[in-house]
Amino acid sequence: MSEQLQKSQSGAIGEPMNRVDGRLKVTGAAKYSAEYELPNLVHAVLVGSTIAKGSIKNIETRQAERAPGVLAVITHLNSPKVPGFAERDHPAEPPTAGQPLRVFHDNKVVFNDQPIAVVVADTLERARYAASLVKAQYDQDKHQTNLEANLGQGYLPAQAKKNPKSPLADYQRGEADAYKNGATKLEAEYVIPSEMHNPMELQSIIAHWEAPDRLTVYDKTQAVIGTQRAFAKDWGIPEANVKVIATFVGGAFGNGLHNWPHETAAIIAAKKVGRPVKLVLTREQMFTMVGYRPYTWQKIGMSATPDGKLTAITHESVGQTSTYEQFTESTLQQTRMMYTAPNVTTRYRIASLDVSTPVWMRGPGEATGAFALESAMDEMAHALNLDPLEFRLRNYTDTDPDNGKPWSTKYLKECFQMGAERIGWSNRKQQPGSVKSGEWLVGYGMGVGTFGAHRGSAKMKAILTKKGTVVLQSATTDIGPGTGTAMVQIAATTLGLPPEKITFQLGNSTFPTAPSQGGSSTVNTVGAAVQDACIALREKLHQLAAATPNGQVFSAAKPEDIVIMEGHLSLANDKLAKAAYSDLLRQNNEAEVEVTIESKPGGSDRDKYSMYSYSVHFVQVHVQPLTGEVRVKKVISCADAGTIVNQKTAGNQMMGGAVGGIGMALTEGAVIDDRYGRYVTKDLADYHVPVHADAPNMEFAFVNKPDPHVNALGTKGIGEIAIIGMAPAIANAVFNATGKRIRELPITPDKLI
Amino acid sequence: MNPEPEQPNHDEARRTFLKQSSLLTALAFTPGPVLQAAAAEIDEKVAAVFEKIPVRLDINGHKHKLSIEPRTTLLDLLREQLGLTGTKKGCDYGQCGACTVHIDGKRVNSCLTFAVMQEGKEITTIEGLAKGDDLHPMQEAFIKHDGFQCGYCTPGQIMSAVACVREGHAGSEDEIREFMSGNICRCGAYSNIVAAIQEVKGGGQKV
Ligand code: FES
Ligand code: FES
Repeated sequence: MSEQLQKSQSGAIGEPMNRVDGRLKVTGAAKYSAEYELPNLVHAVLVGSTIAKGSIKNIETRQAERAPGVLAVITHLNSPKVPGFAERDHPAEPPTAGQPLRVFHDNKVVFNDQPIAVVVADTLERARYAASLVKAQYDQDKHQTNLEANLGQGYLPAQAKKNPKSPLADYQRGEADAYKNGATKLEAEYVIPSEMHNPMELQSIIAHWEAPDRLTVYDKTQAVIGTQRAFAKDWGIPEANVKVIATFVGGAFGNGLHNWPHETAAIIAAKKVGRPVKLVLTREQMFTMVGYRPYTWQKIGMSATPDGKLTAITHESVGQTSTYEQFTESTLQQTRMMYTAPNVTTRYRIASLDVSTPVWMRGPGEATGAFALESAMDEMAHALNLDPLEFRLRNYTDTDPDNGKPWSTKYLKECFQMGAERIGWSNRKQQPGSVKSGEWLVGYGMGVGTFGAHRGSAKMKAILTKKGTVVLQSATTDIGPGTGTAMVQIAATTLGLPPEKITFQLGNSTFPTAPSQGGSSTVNTVGAAVQDACIALREKLHQLAAATPNGQVFSAAKPEDIVIMEGHLSLANDKLAKAAYSDLLRQNNEAEVEVTIESKPGGSDRDKYSMYSYSVHFVQVHVQPLTGEVRVKKVISCADAGTIVNQKTAGNQMMGGAVGGIGMALTEGAVIDDRYGRYVTKDLADYHVPVHADAPNMEFAFVNKPDPHVNALGTKGIGEIAIIGMAPAIANAVFNATGKRIRELPITPDKLI
Repeated sequence: MNPEPEQPNHDEARRTFLKQSSLLTALAFTPGPVLQAAAAEIDEKVAAVFEKIPVRLDINGHKHKLSIEPRTTLLDLLREQLGLTGTKKGCDYGQCGACTVHIDGKRVNSCLTFAVMQEGKEITTIEGLAKGDDLHPMQEAFIKHDGFQCGYCTPGQIMSAVACVREGHAGSEDEIREFMSGNICRCGAYSNIVAAIQEVKGGGQKV
């Protein structure tokens, strides 16, 4: 990039540039999936089962059918057949062992509020009213919805049974369960309840059969390509005939990583009535139909020498899943790699209950696992009478103890230092309950997070228009982190163009393939593809320019010296050099200069290094001793996430993750009444997500050093580490304030008084 | 957009209904399929007369002459009938604030109010906040401070934030947090939202 551009341009990598879609979002012009106006659009409302297990004996739809405006009432009795349902292995995207729910396929009920009918009417009000008229009778079976009563039936997931090398298989380093013989030891159980993603946008879809074999869906998803493939398989039509649009996604946090029954219900309904159908879930249905963080029981055994060296950790977990799919996540991974302990044992199990299938929720298993591991670290530090930060430093490791490989990069110590200074860690007292502010008890706590720095493959198209602007296209999505903004900055830096001249288009399955937006890997993967596409575009421009009538001056120059101007190319070191776009294009008979590339992780770095991003959260809490009220007063989240593309959006993500962690620690828990197998927390009044008053002023800090082994940009990913480790940081601070160790989340006031 | 059907006055409506009722009785003796088709048509007519109420609404300075069902919430009217999808539905129960609009200058959860109750009142939605291309200072401040991520709660946050300042409830960070707590942001952009509101409040412009 030329020096002059570097100075003038505010959109270079690292700059806190405003979001490219900010204006659309603040004016209400951004269109989310339920907001497209299609001719003849009609509305669908789902009816859910009122039992958790059994079969439908009789379903009464006549009244609903006769209600004003109703076009169809669809149940298992009259549903158009979904060809893919007949196959034994109905496709799951992403794959989980088992089979996703086949909506309206038969009369079986496998969880409470399972969709059993969909009502289609000309207006939303009429569809909603008619849906209230559908009544079902059941043959009810005895259900199980309580994980803790069913821990005994926990089993090894199919993929671990098949493959003993699977990360879900039992793991042993050194001696099994060696903690039992340790000098100082502890053994404790930790529980997190089911937590709901509850993005602000309700899950919604508009399904439109443009022809009998051509489907377009406007869908709330984190995976437009995955969704395209799933529906193409469902309906036995070519992938190219399924178009998935997700231009704006109103948050998802993981629940857009799987395809759910309501999506297929809308597609079935659109088929039946021959018109585009809009289906928006209710907030209650968001608790039962689109996944959640699974209820998980964990046990940790830990031992250490008197001078604070870990000798052994055993970490077991049992997470709940449904009876029809085996949902798994990597709850125990960080216990294997975070600290030096020579003896480590992990055992991962799942238990099938009569509930809907869980799905990854922000930070997924790692956030669950970190609650147990980082709480136990704090407990052990206390038992040893060591400062918890000092205890972690004594067990810090510069190689991956799981496989002996060096880290690609690890700047966690730098994070510790930045965070400890800013929170005022030196004010922390080792003795719980010794700091007060008025009548409030003051406590400090910390928790560490880590997540694999993954990179996948992605394709990317880059187009230079005649005006000298560049358009990039990718089938990735932006659920909120600011993907489009980061991509524009990467392109601006690589091309030496001001960001206003670059447009990044996403959320459309007709664009070049990209993986789902999950696992903190979008910038690692799609960002690398943007960079590669821009380099390829420059090279193509270089060749084309060299072949123009006065092209010698271009052939003598390097591709990176090319300057893109309005209407022509020039050279950074020769302002007079000029190659008109019309001349470039004439050679190829093209309307625009365009490249499409595929960008893959290359080389052997993945074999040589262990790649992770890291975070540490420091918090200060105040606890009111009489009421048990906990207020988070200060949060400092520090991360080693490699190169930071945009300080503003990255910082926002860090703080947002920390807010999620406050919810996990203090307020969130979905409760089932096991007598009925039905949620009693079913909306935002019963299930408490953090509100403004729960979130203090937050600070964040990034090490911002590139990791050259993940990709050429040096990014490692932020979204997950933003929440991982936050809940235990709060639990540890509560202990420091009160001396009470709460091992079952959320830490509600009743647990402290 | 909803068409503006001619509304008969209420006496006329009653007469039409009585005629249709006797027609319904006659239809009771007609064979099934014929009956169903006829009934559907009558449903439509009965609905047009009895399910819907004429109402005049002033939204973002535009006068709308509409005919709407009394059970239609202001939120569903905006989103499903008027194409004003900037106002968001996050819960439909008054628990999240995504649907916040101004009615006669006060913030209201549009999911908790029926459209027919707004006759003669001035409604402002997010689409009506900017003056042409000139964004409202609160919109500018949200962009500058990155007061959002996914953007779905944003229109509600902004409408609420403007009202919060107007009400005089933006005196301190804590006061802002208290008076903005009806607007949930699941992405957790709270710190930046508070910063945006403080800037607007501190700037002293008329909001
Ligand atoms: S949609 Fe009205 S408050 Fe949530
Ligand atoms: S910006 Fe996503 S909910 Fe607030």
